[in-house]
Amino acid sequence: MSSVDPDYRSAPPADLSVVVVTGVSRFLGAQVAARLAADLRVGHVIGIDGGRPPPELARLLEPVELIEADLTTCAKVVSKLDARAVVHLGVVTGPEPAGGGRAGMKEQNVIGTMQLLAACQRAPGLHKLVVRSSTAAYGASFRDPAVFTEETEPRATPRGGFARDILDIEGYVRGFRRRCPDVIATVLRLAPLIGSAANTTLTRYFAQPVVPTVFGRDPRLQFVHVDDALEILHRSVVEDHPGTFNVAGPGVLTLNQAIRRAGRLPLPVAEFGLSTAAGLAKRLSRWGLGLDQVDLFVHGRVVDTVRLTKEYGVTPRTTAEAFADFLRGPGARHAPLRRERLAAAERAVLAGIARVRERRRPG
Amino acid sequence: MTTREPDIWDRRIAAGLSFLRRRLAGDYEVDEFGFDPDLTEHAVYPLLRVLYHGWFRTELRGAAHLPRFGPALLVANHSGTVAMDALMLAVGVHDALRNGAASRRHLRLLGADFVFRAPVMSELARKSGGTLACHPDAERLLRSGELVGVFPEGLKGVGKLYRDRYKLQRFGRGGFVAAALRTGAPILPVGIIGAEEIYPRIGDIQPLARLLGLPYFPVTPTFPWLGPLGMIPLPSKWLIEIGEPIDTAGWAGQAEDQLAVFDLADQVRETIQQSLHRLLLERPTAFPA
Repeated sequence: MSSVDPDYRSAPPADLSVVVVTGVSRFLGAQVAARLAADLRVGHVIGIDGGRPPPELARLLEPVELIEADLTTCAKVVSKLDARAVVHLGVVTGPEPAGGGRAGMKEQNVIGTMQLLAACQRAPGLHKLVVRSSTAAYGASFRDPAVFTEETEPRATPRGGFARDILDIEGYVRGFRRRCPDVIATVLRLAPLIGSAANTTLTRYFAQPVVPTVFGRDPRLQFVHVDDALEILHRSVVEDHPGTFNVAGPGVLTLNQAIRRAGRLPLPVAEFGLSTAAGLAKRLSRWGLGLDQVDLFVHGRVVDTVRLTKEYGVTPRTTAEAFADFLRGPGARHAPLRRERLAAAERAVLAGIARVRERRRPG
Repeated sequence: MTTREPDIWDRRIAAGLSFLRRRLAGDYEVDEFGFDPDLTEHAVYPLLRVLYHGWFRTELRGAAHLPRFGPALLVANHSGTVAMDALMLAVGVHDALRNGAASRRHLRLLGADFVFRAPVMSELARKSGGTLACHPDAERLLRSGELVGVFPEGLKGVGKLYRDRYKLQRFGRGGFVAAALRTGAPILPVGIIGAEEIYPRIGDIQPLARLLGLPYFPVTPTFPWLGPLGMIPLPSKWLIEIGEPIDTAGWAGQAEDQLAVFDLADQVRETIQQSLHRLLLERPTAFPA
């Protein structure tokens, strides 16, 4: 991050004696909880999740007090804990067979958020709420402007389950803001996360040798580097940044461009077929494609990050830089069409043509 | 091999291969609207130039009115059944400003939403600098100092019948004027003649249009009767005139005043209509022997 070092001491220290983080058995939640626990300004960090964190995250979470409760039952927990700040990261981006498929995902995202916010409304000492949202909040329509600012309203209800959940979640946060105007509420609309350490639906998608795309579409994509997203999330807790912010790496990669840079081959599939397949199978686990992805791969999604830069004084790594970092990681190895090979092929063809022309030259 | 000077073919082959390698490796830049200057300059414009010079023998007047830097809104008449006039204007403006300029300028076209609904066409439009005709996009482009091209007649203009040629249609809701007023960009009225004759439309097959999701399915003297051959545009003579810039600084703050917006839109429309009449006198026949 090209950052202006923020002067933390200029603001009066907020009361962060008890911070509750939801969704700690996932990558983002665990990372944020661990960073908060390591910050001296933060007192006690409590992580809530319905499941037990996997072993690779468990070590990170050693300094965090873990409470195993799914979001629908955690409401009671939150009011008992006397939380000063709640960081809601328990938002699931795709259905998981282990988590009850799409029904379980919606339960977790929508009902879970509703219950959590209801509990927050009752918590007397609460003065801060940070919610992880997504740029999927802008929906997907052919009549969308090219670049979404935070004020852009979605024109059409998206087809994907995650995008619908995000719209519901943001609706509940709006209601919460109205009812509890004293609580500093920050909503972060994150672009898809990427980086050498990231392991998401999208990174698995780019890791395949042949990558399915929608025929006749080359959507504009944006990513945000995981480290930058973590930094923004962390600062949203320890500093005061009320409002809704787009969090994305400036600049754009088109889908085909990203696939090419990853040294992969695009495989265009008719949209009708892809939507039908995604709708039927709900999730083509091998391709990691659902209607959320199909919508993204038809319409693309680019957001304006001026507000983020003004408020936080930082600009995340550009989309191209974040993607390049992902390519350096283990997820993107074994590329069939690397750029060195292409450059070598170009030189070989040029040398061959030069030889042939030289031979044909009279005299 | 050792001392031979590289000739034009060496350079062309090297440039072509390098372009191919860049495309395959994703080694190019795309802006937030999806504009791909590498593809536009090395593939799209060269193809369009063949039509611009060889086929339509286009003459561009008033190139001096094009600003070398800073934003401007080019407002032109629309015709020709397919939006060939927009593409020719883009090439003309780009080439007129190419000589001696430090950096290339591209005309960023605003298109109707059906363009962005259709696969393939939507991507070609975005990659060659187009975007959806809507306030946020127009203003964002103008604020970043781009040249923006708009055709306020929209489908009413491009889809009119041959007998209505060179009659300007109604100018939408004047949204383009509001965008110029909000950003302080000057408006350049542009008259284009020649496009009306490329596909003289005499009819429409609505059921087919509905089936294909098009606004109309054109019937011309050659299409669809001659099949793909009928898709070759007739070689009419084209003239493009860039008019004097209309300074919008004096109108600042009136973007919300609908009457002022209509007023200015009418003024622009009148200027373009006069320009068309003048150009038609200069070019007595569309297909000079």
